[in-house]
Amino acid sequence: MSTVNHGHIELDAESIYKDFCQGVKPLFIPGTCVVGVISGGVWLAKRVVNDLGLSCPVGAISSGLHRDDFARRGLSDGGQTKLPFEIEGAHILLIDDVLYTGRTIRAVLNEMFDFGRPASVRLAVLVDRGSRELPIHCDYAAARLPLADASKLTLEQDVQGRFKFSLESQSAT
Amino acid sequence: MCKDALNFLWSPRVQHKRNPQLNKNGELIHLLSTEGLSRTLLTHILDTAANFVSVSDREVKKVPLLRGKSVFNLFFENSTRTRTTFEIAAKRLSADVINLDIARSSASKGESLLDTIAILSAMAADIFVVRHAESGAPYLIAQHTAPHVHVINAGDGRHAHPTQGLLDMYTIRHFKGEFSNLCVAIVGDVLHSRVARSDIHALTTLGCAEVRVVGPKTLVPTDMSQMGVKVFNNLEEGIKGCDVVIMLRLQNERMNGALLPSSQEYFKGYGLTPQKLALAKSDAIVMHPGPINRGVEIDSAVVDGPQSVILPQVTFGIAVRMAVMSIVAGNDA
Repeated sequence: MSTVNHGHIELDAESIYKDFCQGVKPLFIPGTCVVGVISGGVWLAKRVVNDLGLSCPVGAISSGLHRDDFARRGLSDGGQTKLPFEIEGAHILLIDDVLYTGRTIRAVLNEMFDFGRPASVRLAVLVDRGSRELPIHCDYAAARLPLADASKLTLEQDVQGRFKFSLESQSAT
Repeated sequence: MCKDALNFLWSPRVQHKRNPQLNKNGELIHLLSTEGLSRTLLTHILDTAANFVSVSDREVKKVPLLRGKSVFNLFFENSTRTRTTFEIAAKRLSADVINLDIARSSASKGESLLDTIAILSAMAADIFVVRHAESGAPYLIAQHTAPHVHVINAGDGRHAHPTQGLLDMYTIRHFKGEFSNLCVAIVGDVLHSRVARSDIHALTTLGCAEVRVVGPKTLVPTDMSQMGVKVFNNLEEGIKGCDVVIMLRLQNERMNGALLPSSQEYFKGYGLTPQKLALAKSDAIVMHPGPINRGVEIDSAVVDGPQSVILPQVTFGIAVRMAVMSIVAGNDA
């Protein structure tokens, strides 16, 4: 079962992913290099490149070294940035699972620019949940779904590679 | 004063208290020794360091984690390599770095250690990197700094050199993978070596299958077997079948008595030559914390040979020190 209830709305991750596959196609201009944001964005990037039968390289990027909440949260665990292509002059398609405040994307852009100056960066996400805190927008979102700030929406991937969403209510800290 | 600090820390009254390196959540707030750090925490530091290794390969070799923070390098004892790598590490984390050659300044004019620390704290220090000839000095400083200030031990007397121990663990893990199948020999002047102690604590905690110390009886403490290591007084026997050989520098400056006949005699018995290294496994790696005394504890052909990983150790040292500084800076007391 890949659906999760959000009030009367069911978030079916696999169904949204099918829309994502179709909607993201126009963003794959010739020479595109794909970069997934660790970790949900990387799963998504690898799967979409494979499902669309594309041969473009896929990298992984971490927000960890540029996060603006380091003083409060310390270093986060997680993967390491691996970009198997030149960033300088490249057309980058950045992929993430959920777009929320925009702070992760801001950190990821800073991380990317440490490797070079890309020609362009476009952003595609599975779900845009609104509540932006920075002037960042996505070029494509398969679903737009405003959620309460106390909710945490996370993409999960099972061993078969299928997606599902986890939606948790967080108490204020 | 520093002996008092050690007596205080090792007294039964304090044994019940929390490890002074950790906060109440078990997070690292100071790095004083590899002793007492859990396997999980050591592994976390090594994993974090892996994230920083690639920073040196980027076009912009800097990340902003310590932007606005001040790192004071307090070296009460001479050092070039360790101080430089700490300075590079702090600068790559975007910290402001202040190098103080304390031995030539306030301390030589009679100012006490704690007065020096109080003065520097008033200059808004966030991290003190401390090297001191007396064991326990970094502990004493950690006990007397403000809660937001972090202390990293860059070598205290014969006691500990935890960042060297950690970079050695990183190097071993990088070249050899898991510790559970490894035999590691630490060779040389173990008696005076803070590196040996830090390595032994880390290796045993990380589950290394066999840790050996190898050296003449005059340079190996009698109580080493209590640390869970095997003692060898013959180099050939000690390195036979080993995966990793860590050579230690002969520390002439710390020798008070006639512990050795001569450095030439020492080289005959304990100098690592290609012929002796052939007794270790064919893919064994050779490490050295530096500075190297060629022709005293190690032959040039080994230093420059294919099994030497001495230069990668230096590179990894920067990443490990970045990891330690960023971890402690992110944790509250």
